[in-house]
Amino acid sequence: MDLTELVEAIRASDDVVAVGGRTHWEVGGPASPTATQVRAPSGVVTYDPADLTVTVAAGTPVGELAAVLAASNQECALDPRSDDATVGGVLAVGLSGHRRLRYGPLRDRVLEVRFVTADGRVVKGGGPTVKNVSGFDLPRMMVGSLGTIGVLVQVILRCQPRPATAEWSVTDLDPFEVRRRTYRPSCIAWDGRRTHLLVEGVAADVAAERNAAGAEPAASGPDWPTAAHRGRISVRPRALGEIAADLDRTGVAWLAEVGVGTIHVAAGAEHQLAAARAVAETHGGWLLRVAGAPDIDGFGRALPNLALQARLAAAFDPDGKLGRGRLPLAPSPIAADGTPAHV
Amino acid sequence: MSVATATALVNLEAIDHTDQMLTDLRRALGADRARAEPLELALYARDAGVASGHAAAVCFPRDHREVADAVRIAARYDRPFVARGSGTGLAGGATPIGDPLVIVTTQLNHILEIDSEERVAWVEPGVLNLDLSRAVADQGLHYAPDPSSQQACTIGGNVATNAGGPHCLASGVTATHVLAVEVVLGDGSIAMLGGLEPDQPGYDLRGCFVGSEGTMGIATRIAVRLTPNPPTVRTLLLDFTAIEDAGAAVSGIIANGIVPAALEMMDAEITRAVEDYVGAGYPRDAAAVLLVELDGLADGVDAEVAVVQRVGRENRARSIRVAADETERALLWKGRKSAFGAIARIAPDYYLHDAVVPRTRLVDVLRQVYAIAAEQRLTMMNVFHAGDGNLHPLIVFDAREAGIWERVHRAGDEILAACVAAGGVLSGEHGIGLEKRDAMPLVFTRDDLDAQARLRDAFDPAGRANPTKVLPAGSRCGELQRVPEGAWI
Repeated sequence: MDLTELVEAIRASDDVVAVGGRTHWEVGGPASPTATQVRAPSGVVTYDPADLTVTVAAGTPVGELAAVLAASNQECALDPRSDDATVGGVLAVGLSGHRRLRYGPLRDRVLEVRFVTADGRVVKGGGPTVKNVSGFDLPRMMVGSLGTIGVLVQVILRCQPRPATAEWSVTDLDPFEVRRRTYRPSCIAWDGRRTHLLVEGVAADVAAERNAAGAEPAASGPDWPTAAHRGRISVRPRALGEIAADLDRTGVAWLAEVGVGTIHVAAGAEHQLAAARAVAETHGGWLLRVAGAPDIDGFGRALPNLALQARLAAAFDPDGKLGRGRLPLAPSPIAADGTPAHV
Repeated sequence: MSVATATALVNLEAIDHTDQMLTDLRRALGADRARAEPLELALYARDAGVASGHAAAVCFPRDHREVADAVRIAARYDRPFVARGSGTGLAGGATPIGDPLVIVTTQLNHILEIDSEERVAWVEPGVLNLDLSRAVADQGLHYAPDPSSQQACTIGGNVATNAGGPHCLASGVTATHVLAVEVVLGDGSIAMLGGLEPDQPGYDLRGCFVGSEGTMGIATRIAVRLTPNPPTVRTLLLDFTAIEDAGAAVSGIIANGIVPAALEMMDAEITRAVEDYVGAGYPRDAAAVLLVELDGLADGVDAEVAVVQRVGRENRARSIRVAADETERALLWKGRKSAFGAIARIAPDYYLHDAVVPRTRLVDVLRQVYAIAAEQRLTMMNVFHAGDGNLHPLIVFDAREAGIWERVHRAGDEILAACVAAGGVLSGEHGIGLEKRDAMPLVFTRDDLDAQARLRDAFDPAGRANPTKVLPAGSRCGELQRVPEGAWI
């Protein structure tokens, strides 16, 4: 859809869902089956390698963007699990990639957003420069909002030089010890048995980090858990050690990003994913559904600061027509008054 | 509603209840923690910016409960409130407008917890930026955002303005280092935004709050990420006889795939002023100097040093000095960080601007900035974060000179317009506050501003938190409709 068609479609409907590459369609609450499906425009709009920024239409597949940037030896660390994901979809879903330990979360990539509001206006937030405090941070608000604030149509992203080399290595050393011994690894993945280390940089530095970790070069990275029912645990990084044994008892396959606090979980049976969620919650974390598991809730418990979240959603979409069902914004009986949970 | 209640409501609006508010504050916080003496109010009438206002009262809570008490008491008397840290802000964000209650956070100055394993510190908002880095130095860690005022500014203020600093080029500004913020909202309720877990479902409220300049509430506890000290650091000073060459070198360094830890530029005037002041060994006759810092593992840093040297030579650098040791490195940085002390010797007053342009437009915009200064007959110096295109034109003057302020303001407006015309933004790290509030329409449409107002109002529906800042009047799409029919507008 071009922008005019997109705006018209949003104006004309009272139930709208944005569609990207459908690679993360099952994240969050299920989309309204009767919703009008809208798609953002596609294509790289402007790219000046010397500025380390790129302006890209939100419907552009990440693989296509990556190819354009690679031609100038740059990248944008969106790192989705599938190159078919669209830029807007990755941002709306808010899943950071596996190199978060070094490059930070997805929300730090976005400099400017343009989105269509529920009443069909095109709104810009942020700005084109790598540093900017002009006005409130609409870009961060949009990342992870699951299409409930507006439909992303165009963004400006921060790029970075591609590393000279990237190498996975593997060791039996405790992953926390690996973290202590290395300076700036891109990923430390741990499955409870072996520690997988990703280091990027000039070859000598990569070798130095690998040696510090006592690791051996590996042909590839770890296998990310795959099965019909998948989730992502988000827990404070310190809790990984304790949670591991509990997770093993649930029968799920898992791989943790050490130092980040993300654990990728996959289960053959839905009840196993539910059990893994119970473990995550025991340790103060979340298990957010990524795929499958149609019979369990997308989040597990009420959103934090629910009253504030609901006010924010209503401020932009008073009739709740965008991404209906994606976020559980209606007050639950437990947190009806929005009482802060952490005081 | 009974007649008696209605009368009471009318009276509440008609009478100035400042004395009663003070009594309530003193009861809640302690007798000496709420003040309204004229001298004190004068002290808190402005921050380090130009604008000044007037506070009804000033209070000094000691913990998050007392901050919440103060906010609730302000609400009881229908007063706005303005949070304030050290008052080093340059955009007037902490300037009290509309007789608010000023809530000073400097008594909330405890580092609550340092977890060197998880690399997280919990701090109160009044902790000074540099004090946190000092507290974790022996564990090989530091707090990365390093605004030039870091000896004096508070982390709470840094959160409010999303502060930057020279080392934010590679490591990111405050927003990338704040994991969680406990906030007192405008109604006195307390909320924890964000957390130590990497992702929470729902909107990134933490991200929305950082940089909101006190308009969404007051931070009372902050969890920040600590950064390991790099194993190797190399600092270079390159000097150029033409500022265009220095600008080209900046682009060249980035084009060669290097994002330095810091990449600072100083022009001829400021280089000379700094050298006369601290004797850092800067060449007094340079047209521009670049201060480049590279950090990381030894081999990578060596390779990058070689590239920076090559790029410098290709762009006619007259000399390239690599600091031989930590002492020399500290001296080179002392020059950069003493810029504002140095200018005090030249003229009694200065006006520091802050704007960002795309890196590729730096030299072009600098040329326009010099032309504007010449046109207005002003002395202009430039010391800035070249690596991220963050310009800081500095006008030095003597405020006693007749008509000078007019020229200073005119030059400021023209500089801002030039930056925006080059595809830039209004502020890179100082914020909008009052100073640039009315310039917001230069970069945002009415619909853009309306969206920002919706975000702000969701946090503070009653509009009590620093209400006159950031967004210009008329930002809300409905606002014009409130003008009575037949009114002259």
